[in-house]
Amino acid sequence: MSHRARLGQYRLTSPAGRFAVDVGLAGAEWYRSDVPRKRLKELMGRSDMPALRDCVLWLGLAGGAAAGGVALWGRWWAAPCFFAYGVLYGSASDSRWHETGHGTAFKTRWMDRVVYQLASFCMMRDPTVWRWQHTRHHSDTLIVGRDAEITAMRPARLARIVLNLLGLVDVPVALRLMAVHASGRLTAEEQTFVPPEQRRSVYRTSRVWLVIYAATVAAAAASGSWVPLVLVGGPRLYGASLFVLYGLTQHAGLGENVLDHRLNTRTVKMNAVNRFLYLNMNYHTEHHMFPMVPYHRLPALHEQVKDDLPAPYPSMWAAYKEIVPAILRQLRDPTYFVKRELPSTATPYRGPLDGLLPAAEPVERMSVQPG
Amino acid sequence: MSQWIRACAVDSIDVEDVAPLVVGERHLAVYHSEEGEYYATDGHCTHERALLCEGLAMDGVIECPRHNGQFDYRSGRALGAPVLVDLRTYPVSVRDGYVYVDIDG
Repeated sequence: MSHRARLGQYRLTSPAGRFAVDVGLAGAEWYRSDVPRKRLKELMGRSDMPALRDCVLWLGLAGGAAAGGVALWGRWWAAPCFFAYGVLYGSASDSRWHETGHGTAFKTRWMDRVVYQLASFCMMRDPTVWRWQHTRHHSDTLIVGRDAEITAMRPARLARIVLNLLGLVDVPVALRLMAVHASGRLTAEEQTFVPPEQRRSVYRTSRVWLVIYAATVAAAAASGSWVPLVLVGGPRLYGASLFVLYGLTQHAGLGENVLDHRLNTRTVKMNAVNRFLYLNMNYHTEHHMFPMVPYHRLPALHEQVKDDLPAPYPSMWAAYKEIVPAILRQLRDPTYFVKRELPSTATPYRGPLDGLLPAAEPVERMSVQPG
Repeated sequence: MSQWIRACAVDSIDVEDVAPLVVGERHLAVYHSEEGEYYATDGHCTHERALLCEGLAMDGVIECPRHNGQFDYRSGRALGAPVLVDLRTYPVSVRDGYVYVDIDG
């Protein structure tokens, strides 16, 4: 299969998606480490306090950085202020969007909904479309033709990944989609996972957002200043790098079309600053196995299941020492993937270690074996 | 027509918890609310059929363990995406220290 044809399989309307459904890879049962119900209940327990603390810190720091940047506008000291603001807006919003989308950040449900809307706006992700897209990502993690959140395909679209360090692909795409949604339409791919009864809210949200962005542009033009655009929308460009770097550690280079998150997801140890910005999503294998566990209990969940998981990467540096060569090798050989070693205490991997695409092998080879 | 099944002893489900009830091929979920009441619903999420007994029961709501979809387990009402179809609920009674569920109710 040519690289171009292989990349085409990642589309949700491709034959690979139908193939995944046919062979039982879509909406399948995934392996989960054994956690006693009593302990799992403790780990799933909700609390408002950690998320309130982190939200106050997030919004307080962002507000302070923005105020500092505006006050120092035109001087060099504005740069670190806007750097901090950009990271908090354009990168930290990603994990806030993610956690509140799962409804696990707060115990009080309306707080999740409010922060979800705010973070969705910051990330330029329609809250309805992306909720359903992320639901699919959890059902069919790295299942080719089913998962729309595969960042590093095989072969990876390297230019796209690099440009997105500054949002240079994501933002134009998001603006185009906003216009499409505002006109009362969804793309063909979105139609595969957004139910008809949910689409009206997509159209409504995009119209409101377009008004906000138009008002921001108008304010910039009227004032003859870039400040409005640096504060609203702009950080999704100049502040996006960290969320892209965090996000690539999740799945890049690992097995596709498997039903065991230990094969396609990484857990990476990070320092306290990164864990605050990323809301502990570095414990990503654990999150995929148990999405009910709130972010502030993921370190405890990690301790609970670590003997059943591959060893965590000790740092982002360690993860990237594996990811970069793997992605580069996949440019030449898309069948290559990283296989993680399990500790002797772990339950063996469930099913195949890496899947095949429909044009490469007949369906019989792709059958999923029970664990 | 009613078909009452003895589901479990009243003290076998913690307060604010859920337990499975399997009757032949059918999966139900039995809940013990914070107020001390018992409820029963279908056992599978209406979204992708995950088992609700593995989810989190809190404040009268059951959250599906797979995608965090939420239902009011007292009424079966789906509370928003990704769950859009209500859960079927079943009559429950408590007699002599046991929880009974009318699986045809």
